[in-house]
Amino acid sequence: MRKALLFVAFLFVGAFLILGMAEVRDFGAPTLTGMDDYFIANTQTEVAANNIVTAVVFDYRGFDTLGEATVLFAAVVCILSLFRKLREDER
Amino acid sequence: MNHGMSTIVRTVTRFVYGLIIIFGFYVIMHGHLTPGGGFQGGAVVASAFALLLVAFGTAGIKGRLNKHLLQTLEEVGALAFLGLGFLGLGSAFFYNVLAHSGGFLGAAIPTGPSAGVLVAGGAVPLMNWAVGLKVMTGIACIVIVMLVGARKEAE
Amino acid sequence: MNVGNLPFIASALLVVFGVYALLFKRNFIKLVIGISLIETGVNLFLVTLGYRTGGIAPVYTFAPEAQQMVLPTPQALTLTSIVIGLATTALLLSFAVFIYRHHGTLDVRKVKELKG
Repeated sequence: MRKALLFVAFLFVGAFLILGMAEVRDFGAPTLTGMDDYFIANTQTEVAANNIVTAVVFDYRGFDTLGEATVLFAAVVCILSLFRKLREDER
Repeated sequence: MNHGMSTIVRTVTRFVYGLIIIFGFYVIMHGHLTPGGGFQGGAVVASAFALLLVAFGTAGIKGRLNKHLLQTLEEVGALAFLGLGFLGLGSAFFYNVLAHSGGFLGAAIPTGPSAGVLVAGGAVPLMNWAVGLKVMTGIACIVIVMLVGARKEAE
Repeated sequence: MNVGNLPFIASALLVVFGVYALLFKRNFIKLVIGISLIETGVNLFLVTLGYRTGGIAPVYTFAPEAQQMVLPTPQALTLTSIVIGLATTALLLSFAVFIYRHHGTLDVRKVKELKG
């Protein structure tokens, strides 16, 4: 009974996602491109880098990269402290 | 698992892992010219460490890598990235002050499709190095600790 | 060749497979695989949002002359998302090691008691 209800709910979610993706917008024609056109036109004069994606990640949107570096650092510290407790338990 | 894999795998690993590390450093260093950068190059170098661990077991890293050194290098990378953000605090946080001055990394580059200038870009190459160091030592630390921790409880 | 919205539907299919694995499987490692599939589907959706038909990569080094470039911002956001997915998966697998050590099984319907 529970499995049948779960299966019906899963079918609803699956149909919603797949049929929704067919109607989002046309593939290959983005509508709001003002910010990216500014990035493409002005990267070489402002940042002096040829790779626009790196300039966006580290210069125009450097604050998001700071958040991501913090998440990576927090994950490494958590894993190291978990396994330290394991080693101390056995001593 | 303690002795690693067979002789063929170990011989090929001895040839190849130096080349993988050099290629990873190339991807990090040319991050502002070609596709790549700090995160991608750091992942390539960390995969060289993982190859060493799989092919040789824990005996392969006993004389070569030190876990405390890797932890310290990761903290240095994180602090260097944060410090580079504070460098341009005169105008804004994370302002690229080195690209508009005439100093070390402040050259102007020609516009349009070109071959690229290596010593240019302001704080972007320095940030690439800091993030690359952080990612590669962080992933190496995770892999080493999980292997040693999972083996200890199996005994 | 007219592909319609096929890349969007492919990313939605990946998310649907991940949700199926998350709902109907019991082993802990299979749940981690389901979460990883959902993250992969979302990353693919982000990258295909920024595509312009006939565009080239947003890099100026050795680029062909005078062609349109695809949008660079979704690619930057996908980089961040991939790294966060890596951190989450590493932490989940560490939890799997601990659950197996403490309860002796990886079946999520049997690890219900909280030992205090």
